[in-house]
Amino acid sequence: MPADFNWAIGGEAGDGIDSTGKIFAQALSRAGRHVFTSKDFASRIRGGYTAYKIRTSVDQVQSVVDRLDVLIALTPRTIEENLDELHDGSVIIYDGDRTTMQGVEIPDEMVGLDVPLKSLAEDAGGAIMRNVVALGAACEVTNFPIENLDSALQKRFGNKGQKLVDNNKDAARLGRDYVGDEYDHEFNFNLETTENDYVLLNGDEAIGMGALAAGCRFYSGYPITPATNVMEYLVGRIERYGGHVVQAEDELSAINMALGAARAGARSMTATSGPGIDLMTETFGLIATSETPLVIVDVMRSGPSTGMPTKQEQGDLNQMLYGGHGEIPRFVITPTSIDECFWKTVEAFNLAEKYNIPVYLAADLALAVTEQTYPPEAFDMDQVEIDRGKLVDEDEIDEWLDESEHFRTHALTEDGISPRAKPGTAGGAHMSTGLEHDELGRRTEDTGMRVEQVDKRNRKVETAIERESFDYREFGNPDSDNLVISWGSNEGALVEALDFLAEDDLDVHVISVPYIFPRPDLSEEINAAENVIVVECNNTGQFANILEHDSLRRVQRINKYNGVRFKADELAEDIKETLAETAEVHQ
Amino acid sequence: MSSQVRFTDFKSDKQPTWCPGCGDFGTMNGMMKALANTGNDPDNTFVVAGIGCSGKIGTYMHSYALHGVHGRALPVGAGVKLANPELEVMVAGGDGDGYSIGAGHFIHAVRRNVNMTYVVMDNRIYGLTKGQASPTSRDDFETSTSPQGPKQPPVNPLALALASGASFIAQSFSSDALRHAEIVQEAIEHDGFGFVNVFSPCVTFNDVDTYDYFRDSLVDLKEEGHDETDYEAAKKVILDSEKEYQGVMYRDENAVPYGEAHGVTENMTEIGDGAPEDAMDLVREFY
Ligand SMILES: Cc1ncc(C[n+]2csc(CCOP(=O)(O)OP(=O)(O)O)c2C)c(N)n1
Ligand code: SF4
Ligand SMILES: [Mg+2]
Repeated sequence: MPADFNWAIGGEAGDGIDSTGKIFAQALSRAGRHVFTSKDFASRIRGGYTAYKIRTSVDQVQSVVDRLDVLIALTPRTIEENLDELHDGSVIIYDGDRTTMQGVEIPDEMVGLDVPLKSLAEDAGGAIMRNVVALGAACEVTNFPIENLDSALQKRFGNKGQKLVDNNKDAARLGRDYVGDEYDHEFNFNLETTENDYVLLNGDEAIGMGALAAGCRFYSGYPITPATNVMEYLVGRIERYGGHVVQAEDELSAINMALGAARAGARSMTATSGPGIDLMTETFGLIATSETPLVIVDVMRSGPSTGMPTKQEQGDLNQMLYGGHGEIPRFVITPTSIDECFWKTVEAFNLAEKYNIPVYLAADLALAVTEQTYPPEAFDMDQVEIDRGKLVDEDEIDEWLDESEHFRTHALTEDGISPRAKPGTAGGAHMSTGLEHDELGRRTEDTGMRVEQVDKRNRKVETAIERESFDYREFGNPDSDNLVISWGSNEGALVEALDFLAEDDLDVHVISVPYIFPRPDLSEEINAAENVIVVECNNTGQFANILEHDSLRRVQRINKYNGVRFKADELAEDIKETLAETAEVHQ
Repeated sequence: MSSQVRFTDFKSDKQPTWCPGCGDFGTMNGMMKALANTGNDPDNTFVVAGIGCSGKIGTYMHSYALHGVHGRALPVGAGVKLANPELEVMVAGGDGDGYSIGAGHFIHAVRRNVNMTYVVMDNRIYGLTKGQASPTSRDDFETSTSPQGPKQPPVNPLALALASGASFIAQSFSSDALRHAEIVQEAIEHDGFGFVNVFSPCVTFNDVDTYDYFRDSLVDLKEEGHDETDYEAAKKVILDSEKEYQGVMYRDENAVPYGEAHGVTENMTEIGDGAPEDAMDLVREFY
């Protein structure tokens, strides 16, 4: 288990919590430390409570834990919200002069550092820098070289002029020196630095970067938490490669524009969250029936309806698998970590074009807004390969014409895969439609053709299963009797939970599944294990149900649906309890 | 190739199943003529069709085409055009498709001003679903779902377009073959979103807005000396509820199409077989 350090800054939404937290995370990353960030936030712009949390270590960190060592509290509520995570010796930095913080009580067993953040910031050039004063104070408390903070401040404010950067550096030093001068307390924290270079990014950014790497040149979307970041990442970058982002008037438009661009022959994508997926569902059927390659990103949040927009949930699995009237195959991919968000996006584009099929790429809020450090080689662009599938050019058109010279865009092939001709290709003019169609894409109600087209679309999936490797990721002891299965973002917490479980001599085999459809066949593993637990962030166990269906065996479930992601220590406890319960039943 | 293209090249070998006499025959013929006259051919043309009797046009024309879902043809058209500006994009659908279920897209497509053509086959009725009130039906028009008439004023699509910042607004009549083709051609030639509302009578379910009605009442703006570049003049004819007009009502020659405004003028469908050369720069941004 990494010797980790846990830090947070919290206040009201509108207090600049996010950007301050990000600066500190960047400073740690630039100092060669691994970082894993998470956010507690309310959906209102002002009011409420929001916090940015950082777990850091010289080793890789990929989960949050229920522990807080240093807290910068801009409001009393920040302290209240985190009482469970604070412990003996935790340090709380606050500004006792702030009206709302006057007379605030710091629990006896903790160390309260009252720092006049605002007035020191004014000394440095402006009250707005008070959070940076707090960061300077945190550097002193954690014995963290302030030059690393300088470097992050340079990155953050560099484009706004050197004066601003220098003022911020001064502000940080005033905070550091104040703590050094006023408190002669010995702090036991020591954030060592290393020579390593890391990049720090979140899942939405990894998806956006994956899209650019994969040749996505058209994106249309409608803003929605927590998917908006994908669009914001692409704007300003996709243009470098000749692409474009359109902010559509709604999700109906977003998906139809993306569909249009894909029909034109561009690699195209849209991203949204549950409510947007609902709106897109009718068009989804059209995309699948017209065999248009498209990547649809669902960054899941708590539902149903508006649900808890800024809270974690993995509740859209059924929707992605079965959403829409009628029956039509689609692929559903659920990356399990931030670097995998990148690679699975690249793969999603290839799968979409190889099989002329819409691909749901599902991240969840926990993956989307969490930042994590990686060595840059984790995103080695030389490894990116693009396969456009059966895209035919002018010379190949002839092979696909019928006797009256019409292009057979839905040709009934053995592998189920039909050719695509980009508009503009001479001799390839053809239509497609959401109506059931013949090989030429024209409406038909012929009973024979209907069955042939349905079978053909299903055959593509069989072909994909034969040709691709829809594999799972494995951790822990593969020979253990205890099998824990999860999908999506829970992987990090599960992997770290293994360390906690090992402390209790508990041995577990973890299978983390990034492909829901088509998916790896786990029935052998499930039937071989004594205890099988499926971990997911939803109430009904959507993946557990599928696995029971596949393996014809009942599984145990750990479901979390309070809106908060799994934490490593908590998950270890849950697994222990579940195993103990089954042991009782067996006695 | 374009010089040899005849309008019949845009005709598919599917026999239309429209009722004999349906206005959509004439509407389609005019569109095909206008496409041929503007030097297009089926291989560089993309037709997006909505759902309705009108939407069947995608099948009866020969070109690259997508017959989409009800009301969403406009965004599909925008996606096609932005991805490959070399294509000629023509979107067609009914009054229900465009002004009811797809009304939201209409407003924004007009504002967005992507360089494409939108032909609404306005028969003031829902044809395909066998005769219910449409958003352009008269307020006393009796239908199966509005036995006493919808009792709501019909939407004025031209005014809606004007209020949404349109750069080209026109209206035509499917049976005035020459003028209809001419007007659609002007819409195609317009550098921006060319919107044409076409009176395309439904002979089966609309016994009010008939060929005779339009023939008797239509005023051709071409003969009225209308200045289509004059916004105030355009407003006047568009808001005139006493008369039915055909012709180009409004053209804003200074409007910049979306593609030019956003620097999206290149075909974006070609990509290499790996990540872009400098893609590691994207990773380094996250240092
Ligand atoms: C989501 C959805 N709702 C309803 C329908 C049924 N529907 C098909 S066409 C149509 C109205 C067509 O009217 P219009 O757009 O004026 O076309 P027309 O048939 O008159 O050419 C309706 C309601 C549908 N296809 N999809
Ligand atoms: S029902 Fe009306 S609109 Fe439909 S084909 Fe017949 S005449 Fe044309
Ligand atoms: Mg109609």
